[in-house]
Amino acid sequence: MTDTFRNRIDLEMTVNGEPIELTVPAARHLIDLLRTDLGLTGSHAGCEHGVCGACTVIVDGETVRGCLTLAAQLQGAEIWTVEGLTESGAIADLQKAFVERNALQCGFCTPGMLASAKVLIERDAVPSREGIREHMSGNYCRCTGYEAIVDAIETTLRGRAGGDAR
Amino acid sequence: MKASIGGYARARSIEHALSLFAEADGAGRYLAGGQSLVAALNLGASAGDMLVDISGIEALRGVRIEGDRLVIGALTRHSEIERNDLVARHVPLLAKAAPLIAHDAIRNRGTIGGSLSHADPAAEYPACAVALDAIFNLEGPNGRRDVAASEFFKGLFETDRAEDEILTAVSVPVAQAGERHAILELTRRSGDYALAGLAIVVRGDRHRIGAFGLGDRPLLCEGAMAALDRGDVDAAATAIADDVDPMSDIQASADYRRHLAGVVLRRLAAELGVAR
Ligand SMILES: Cc1cc2nc3c(=O)[nH]c(=O)nc-3n(C[C@H](O)[C@H](O)[C@H](O)COP(=O)(O)OP(=O)(O)OC[C@H]3O[C@@H](n4cnc5c(N)ncnc54)[C@H](O)[C@@H]3O)c2cc1C
Ligand code: FES
Ligand code: FES
Repeated sequence: MTDTFRNRIDLEMTVNGEPIELTVPAARHLIDLLRTDLGLTGSHAGCEHGVCGACTVIVDGETVRGCLTLAAQLQGAEIWTVEGLTESGAIADLQKAFVERNALQCGFCTPGMLASAKVLIERDAVPSREGIREHMSGNYCRCTGYEAIVDAIETTLRGRAGGDAR
Repeated sequence: MKASIGGYARARSIEHALSLFAEADGAGRYLAGGQSLVAALNLGASAGDMLVDISGIEALRGVRIEGDRLVIGALTRHSEIERNDLVARHVPLLAKAAPLIAHDAIRNRGTIGGSLSHADPAAEYPACAVALDAIFNLEGPNGRRDVAASEFFKGLFETDRAEDEILTAVSVPVAQAGERHAILELTRRSGDYALAGLAIVVRGDRHRIGAFGLGDRPLLCEGAMAALDRGDVDAAATAIADDVDPMSDIQASADYRRHLAGVVLRRLAAELGVAR
């Protein structure tokens, strides 16, 4: 246990559905744990102070900034990155819509965009385009001009709403 | 740039956190959601901190009614404030303020106690606390004490909280029947810190206005408040220029911010249906 000050922290967590155990330096950020310790380089580190959203991943069902989250605070957490979300098929429709609508160019922002959008497309309500933009306002893209990203998310939302009309 | 820290410890209780802080011998720093602290560490703003993680302390959680006040635990996250039924019913100002803070991913981890302790002059909650006449509960090695919001904010990122004290909760009077709350800010991009913003509480025919982004700390705008009490919006828009004391920075000049204060005030007065 971490009852007093430590420089290295023992952690147990679930990453992309797989239980892992590891020991990390106390200052290790989630984004570096993923990229460096686990080799999951899909999530990107951009600004490293919470502004750009490239490092956005899912922790216990909610988006977080990988660059503003110390791994030490994630004992027992369940983490999903673009690798796991791709493999599980959880966002296959969203990814297809991104490709079809050319919603990425260099792709640097895309893993964070997908993580943020995932939370939105899983809500019951279909938001307006304005609502989509507001939700995605914490994810920067330097290439696409956003229009195509909003289109792709909107298409996915409509597809899901139509698909399980109850 | 990567954060450099001296050590990390997870506190089990308030008592345990206080003893860890003492053990850190001057290098201690409380860690809650990390959404300001980790950003500062990444920028190299401080190094060698001994982080005392308070985020697992049960006693700092929860939102509850106590008599005629709503008591909000320090660890309550911005996203919880956004969704909490008690907050929506009894302190709508905070429910309206939370969505204006940063973005989803940051609101999912940042806490109200962290925001108030950090005391960014452009942050929403400190100005809301001033407008609401909130009371802050602090606990330190010498026991507990309460501080009024109006006494808590001392300057740029400076508060009355001693370094080893923990902000345990915020206590806010519950809204009376007919009480109205509104908040409006102007930003360059959605989620940015405000260039200028005002939070208004209308209790009976009395107005309380807290300003953010318009000084080195959240400000109570007494001139504009008195004018709104008289129903004189023009006088309030003039008075607010003297109530605030904005700074110039790369985002906006002091003059521009002062101008925006008047714009925000008029828009809020219209929203609230203040006479004239
Ligand atoms: C990109 C970005 C945009 C942002 N935009 C906004 C915005 O528009 N408006 C806004 O208000 N905020 C904004 N924030 C800041 C955000 O609201 C932070 O969550 C909040 O300021 C700090 O809360 P925390 O729990 O993360 O605290 P931490 O980062 O953990 O701590 C912040 C400071 O408070 C101290 N502290 C924390 N909790 C306590 C406590 N209970 N008792 C004593 N000391 C304590 C810590 O020691 C530290 O000094 C933004 C942040 C980022 C990264
Ligand atoms: S790298 Fe985390 S927000 Fe930019
Ligand atoms: S596709 Fe290049 S940053 Fe978004």
